Amino acid sequence: MSRGLHPGAWWIWALCLAIVASRTTNPVLLLLIVAVAARVAVSCRTPGPWSRALGMFLMLGLVVLGIRVVFHILLGGVGGPTTLFTLPEVPLPAWAASVRLGGKVSAEGLTQVLYLGMQLATMLCCVGAANALADPRRLLRSVPTALYEVSVAVTVGLTLAPQLAISAMSVRRARALRGAPVRGRHALRTLLVPVLEEAFERSMHLAATMDARGYGRAGAVTAGERRITGGLMLTGLLGLCVGAYGLLDSSAPTALGFPTLLVGVGLSAVGLRLASRRLHRSRYRPARWDARAVSVALSGAAAVVVIVLVQAFGAADAELLVPVTTPLAFPAVPLVPAVAVLGALAPLVLVRGAAR
Amino acid sequence: MIRFEGVSVTYDGAAEPVLRDVDLHLPEGELYLIVGSTGSGKSTLLKAVNGLVPRFTGGTLAGRVLVGGRSTQDHPPRELADVVGYVGQDPAAGFVSDSVEEELAYVMESLGLPESVMRTRVEETLDLLGLVGVRNQPLSTLSGGQQQRVAIGAALTAHPQVLLLDEPTSALDPGAAEEVLAALHRLVHDLGMTVLVAEHRLERVAQYADRVLWLPTDGPPVLGDPGEVLSRAPVAPPVVRLAQLAGWSRPPVSVRDARRLAGPLRERLEGHLPPVSAPVVGSPLLQARGIQVRYGGTLAVRAVDLQVGGGELVALMGRNGSGKSSLLWACQGSGARSAGTVLVEGTDPKSQRPEQRRGRIGLVPQQPADLLYLHTVGRECAQADSESEAAPGTCRAHLDTLAPGIPDEIHPRDLSEGQRLSLVLAIALTPAPRVLLLDEPTRGLDYPAKSRLARTLRSLTSDGHAVVIASHDVEFVAECATRVVVLADGDVVADGPVADVVTASPVFAPQVAKVLAPQRWLTVADVATAWESA
Repeated sequence: MSRGLHPGAWWIWALCLAIVASRTTNPVLLLLIVAVAARVAVSCRTPGPWSRALGMFLMLGLVVLGIRVVFHILLGGVGGPTTLFTLPEVPLPAWAASVRLGGKVSAEGLTQVLYLGMQLATMLCCVGAANALADPRRLLRSVPTALYEVSVAVTVGLTLAPQLAISAMSVRRARALRGAPVRGRHALRTLLVPVLEEAFERSMHLAATMDARGYGRAGAVTAGERRITGGLMLTGLLGLCVGAYGLLDSSAPTALGFPTLLVGVGLSAVGLRLASRRLHRSRYRPARWDARAVSVALSGAAAVVVIVLVQAFGAADAELLVPVTTPLAFPAVPLVPAVAVLGALAPLVLVRGAAR
Repeated sequence: MIRFEGVSVTYDGAAEPVLRDVDLHLPEGELYLIVGSTGSGKSTLLKAVNGLVPRFTGGTLAGRVLVGGRSTQDHPPRELADVVGYVGQDPAAGFVSDSVEEELAYVMESLGLPESVMRTRVEETLDLLGLVGVRNQPLSTLSGGQQQRVAIGAALTAHPQVLLLDEPTSALDPGAAEEVLAALHRLVHDLGMTVLVAEHRLERVAQYADRVLWLPTDGPPVLGDPGEVLSRAPVAPPVVRLAQLAGWSRPPVSVRDARRLAGPLRERLEGHLPPVSAPVVGSPLLQARGIQVRYGGTLAVRAVDLQVGGGELVALMGRNGSGKSSLLWACQGSGARSAGTVLVEGTDPKSQRPEQRRGRIGLVPQQPADLLYLHTVGRECAQADSESEAAPGTCRAHLDTLAPGIPDEIHPRDLSEGQRLSLVLAIALTPAPRVLLLDEPTRGLDYPAKSRLARTLRSLTSDGHAVVIASHDVEFVAECATRVVVLADGDVVADGPVADVVTASPVFAPQVAKVLAPQRWLTVADVATAWESA
């Protein structure tokens, strides 16, 4: 098995691109991000069941975009001077005055919705690239020791849905052996009872084998230590959430973004480290944070830093990040952010060949 | 190594304890085979060794179990993981990862072993169990025998002193079972490991056992030499039964030992001919031509012809994944069929609605419990009557002939494997189909239950029914089938009278045939009839 790059590096890289996408609605920049993510994903992915994730997420993005546009046409929202066409308007009662059904559809409104939809689709595409580049189950395996047992539980939980589907299929097939399919409330019961019974028995069996294989062997931890670790973790997670919000919402003050995020990461790291020290557990062939992994993650982070700085200080480029749609004009490309996004192509040079 | 001190186990709601006052001492370095009829507590005893009973099953355990000097009372299974390895019945259900190497390393990660030790042990184990060739394959693509060996390897990497195996070969075809047992044999001989095996299919395992532990339903457990203990127990492989018939003083448990003693027996049987089942001339009830079943890009069944007449009992044999189940479901009409024709009494079952179909052709699936969804046996029977438009009590009457004495108010889940199979068989028989298909019906059945099932099936065929079973169980097939069809990779590779097909290959030959070859005896019962007249 080729031991590729640390899966965390790919996820950081892809999520950074998603963060960049969340800060701009410039369609040229968004298309550039999609192109970069897809180019890297296609040449650096490892063969496996997840490597087709990119295409699936791309489709999902297009569906989301379509839904947004259709809803805008039907329900209206942003107006503008240039009317493209007018749908027959459905009169609504007075208490629903703020909602409109049908009516005028303007070019400006449509363009803006298209931009916003593209933003969402681009972010989905970044997540798809992350999935294609690093199997999420491998990512779960590289969590800190203190979270190890949770990660095993999640990994096992991921297999539940396909198993339920298989068992439902075999029960349905067996059910046909007993004659006419029963409909309604009764049908649900005839299908659910055996499926759930089997799922429950499987889980008990799995729990027993996992326990027999040492799952949950814990070192001695005192109540005081547990409280300190718990407190650190909670505060850290809160910091992470607030920081992520600040970073993703471009209208939030800059101070709320990076600094809070950093404090959150720091506190969580200390908490995890304290908790991990108490646990006696080792890792088989763990993925390592080598120079390549760090540089891949940094190439993504650099793009975020540039875009945050541009928004704070670069007056002209900052306006181009969120192009206005009234009056309609072809959006100009902000140069510095575009270069930063292209910088995220670095993994092509860093990884290609070595990871395969 | 393992010590039971006055151990009794009572499950919640049970009137009687499963194990009563068990005092045992099992010294290290031997392979112990635990035998007993269904419900005698084999699995319970096995799981009590590392504390899975009562921690994961409920119930109360009185007395004390010591393993490697540690009591299961103070040590939960996870704290015993370095001393005891446990391999459950269904290996695939116990996997926590999706690659062979990670699965093998899992227990070592829990024990916190350093990485260099883990690397060497994984390599060692891959070699020991012959898994090097599949180390990079996803677990889901492995065969049953390979999965079972990975499960054993996953327990071995902790270097436990004791290994517990619950029915390690019950789901495997004869070839895969041999693979697994050969691996176990090496463990006991090369590593001096103490191995406890609970198994129903004694004809496969008995020859590897150093000692046999018999759990009678009444009375204390009996531990001793395999031949002696098995000849006293109600469950014994055919070779032991043959020894009892011939009156050999030290009953052998392996075909090799039995052949050495069988000279006089063969001489005495000389001139007698094994009974030949008369060729069946009944009208063909099931006619399948050119059946093909395709799943995605793979052909599970390719162009198979199968004709079964009234009074015939056809056994489908072959490796796991050779297309037996797909063929049965395609014949029944509710499974996929990409080409070919099926006629049951002149009509294609696929063109009929499910409720009409089941009046002509019945199927008992591999997991009979899938069919059951009501809370009591009585309600299941009543439901079967109403959905088959049969007279009330029809299903119950079938059940009483198949397995007498099952109360109406019991929950189907609480039945033994054999009883549950009988219930599903009764449900399938309620609409009175002329053709009956059974997929792996002997899973989890002990020898008395298998003989009962064989009798039931034979009485069905003598009533003019056509019966088809898919089975790995060579002894059961030898006992009840009239014809054997061997499938490999979706093709029919052999089709003929049971005596011709099973004696032609050592994999499908029953023990009696191996012991008495070149004479073509298949079952102890046949030999007994000839013996009496000789």
